[in-house]
Amino acid sequence: MTATVPQPTTAPTRRLMEGSEAIATAAIAAGCRFFTGYPMTPFTEVLEHFARLLPDVGGVCINAESELEAVGMAWGALATGARAATGSTGQGLSLMQESFSEITLAELPLVIFNMARGQADYFQATRGGGHGDYRHVVLAPMDITEAAELTQLAFHLGDKWRHPVLIYGDYLTAHIQEAVSVSPIDFGELPPKEWAVDGALGGSGRSRSVSPLGFGKVGQPAPGIERHLRDIDAKQRRIAAQEVRVETGFVDDAETVVVAFGTPAKFVRYVVSRLRADGEKIGYVRPITLWPFPYESVAEAAAGARTVATFELCAGQMVDDVRLGVLGRAPVVTIGGISTDGSGFGVGPLLDAEIIRDRILAVHRGGAEAELPPLPVNERG
Amino acid sequence: MSTTVNPLGPVLDTSAAPADARKVGELKPDLLLTQQHHMCPGCGEPLAVRVFLEAIQELGVAQKTIAVAGIGCYTSFSGTIDVDLVQALHGRAPSVATGVKRMLPDTVVFTLQGDGDMVNEGLQEVLHTAARGEKVTCILLNNGVFGETGGHMTATSVLGQRTKNTLDGRDAEYHGYPILIGDLIAQLQGAAYVARGSVHNAGAIARTKKMFRRAFEAQLAGEGFTFVEVLTMCPTGWFIPTAEGPDYMHETLGEVHIMGELKAAGVVRSTEELHDENVRRAEEAAAAKARDLAAKHQ
Repeated sequence: MTATVPQPTTAPTRRLMEGSEAIATAAIAAGCRFFTGYPMTPFTEVLEHFARLLPDVGGVCINAESELEAVGMAWGALATGARAATGSTGQGLSLMQESFSEITLAELPLVIFNMARGQADYFQATRGGGHGDYRHVVLAPMDITEAAELTQLAFHLGDKWRHPVLIYGDYLTAHIQEAVSVSPIDFGELPPKEWAVDGALGGSGRSRSVSPLGFGKVGQPAPGIERHLRDIDAKQRRIAAQEVRVETGFVDDAETVVVAFGTPAKFVRYVVSRLRADGEKIGYVRPITLWPFPYESVAEAAAGARTVATFELCAGQMVDDVRLGVLGRAPVVTIGGISTDGSGFGVGPLLDAEIIRDRILAVHRGGAEAELPPLPVNERG
Repeated sequence: MSTTVNPLGPVLDTSAAPADARKVGELKPDLLLTQQHHMCPGCGEPLAVRVFLEAIQELGVAQKTIAVAGIGCYTSFSGTIDVDLVQALHGRAPSVATGVKRMLPDTVVFTLQGDGDMVNEGLQEVLHTAARGEKVTCILLNNGVFGETGGHMTATSVLGQRTKNTLDGRDAEYHGYPILIGDLIAQLQGAAYVARGSVHNAGAIARTKKMFRRAFEAQLAGEGFTFVEVLTMCPTGWFIPTAEGPDYMHETLGEVHIMGELKAAGVVRSTEELHDENVRRAEEAAAAKARDLAAKHQ
């Protein structure tokens, strides 16, 4: 059930890169030739790097006048068969949701970068966020190296399923520097994009249309809206069955299981491995795909656990999915919380290995009812 | 309409169609997959669609044209016009067209939008696209009303116009003023060609087709953003008898959204100037008629 990310096929060159640059570089290595966005912290640098790098490879980066126009431009580029992407923070993505819904119904492989302000965009990312019955594939890298790999995977999965894929990053994903190597990764063959418009079939009676509405041109087979919606539903079920990605550690005999994703998961992984070294029977589950969510891995990990905890940098959203996975096998509690820097854009004092350790140990010793240490306060206001 | 009776009889007998006459509607443009459509009787949109499709055909660019359709009554033509098409959301066609054109710079890309789509929902899209000088043609079918929802005020509805949500007529104090979208676009440096046509009579249709040709030619020449607005009849949404559509439009919308070229060859002419020009021409015509009459009676 756990798919792995194939490794680069050519000798990579490691270089110190900001996460934003690694993402843009990886996207271009994956063949992305169109990017558009609207500046917004902490997403802005992703746009900057695309603007700098795309013209050199014959691509286009447009500084869109609004998020609504950014996603519209990407939509048009995708309809021509190009690999295209957009992004913002969760706030900017809120503005794009109407188009996300309909791009999903138009079956276009949009790649979306959310450099989120914390983890409170989990519902937005995994529940669609717009109208209608849809889910996007959501990939949550824990660091820059993984962000570069998952960015390339995102374009592949998008084309494989003709379905949008969202990368859930954050302030640290965008701004931390790591030594990263980026070279094209071969994920295997993809079907040709025979649906893409190029204008060539005009007047032939066989002109193409890329539409979310479930009807095409007169005289051509079209499902109609009801069957079209059911086809999308069926496709999403296949994605859910085939594309789950997850990492687990120390769960076999774990009495406490901690579930975390993205940057905080890297902290949780570190803390749990140190606690293991101290003999504490604690394990972790790190969903790499937030949708499809690794319910089975969570269920297996919870089977012998006394307590399941989520560590999220928000009031607790993923905890709902964890409860669905655990299905009453163990009590589920969220031990993260709201924590930001003074601007509200960045990282708060909660993202600290010692503080996370104390919170994990509190539920490990006292169970789901344990009183947690008070949330650290951002002293700088 | 003239009611004067010519004592010599009609120049052209229009009391009955000639035996070999055919209705224009039966002559399907090559770029329509069917002559059937879902529009109401008296709707002007099929005429506008016919005109721009004929212009594309005549320019010989059908095999490199991509349409981007908005959402309105005209969306049903998305399935019947025989050029590649991307279906966009309400208001969002100009940005979608931008993405298409940037990836395929050798194509002719046009949007098809109504006044609700373009001037209400997506006003900033069309203005930004024009300002960027995107080499696309935005087509506005302007009937001053939301036809698809059943006759509601749009940003182009004229003062006094009765709609389902301006029951006593559009009142400037309460509902605000109509937007002359062509004038806004013509002011932007990125706009190369801006024109306002109409389909209320044969002469207007012929002029409108020329506007489409000029717009597409300017796009092909890479001159910048191009824009053609077409006033279209909507007797259903205006709550008037079908046959009165053309005259009603000419006398209401047509008096505000005045037909003519608002920007061509670098020269900008405002709607107000077009209006003044029409008044001057009418006055000159009246004066000439008066001189003729005076000459006859001398």
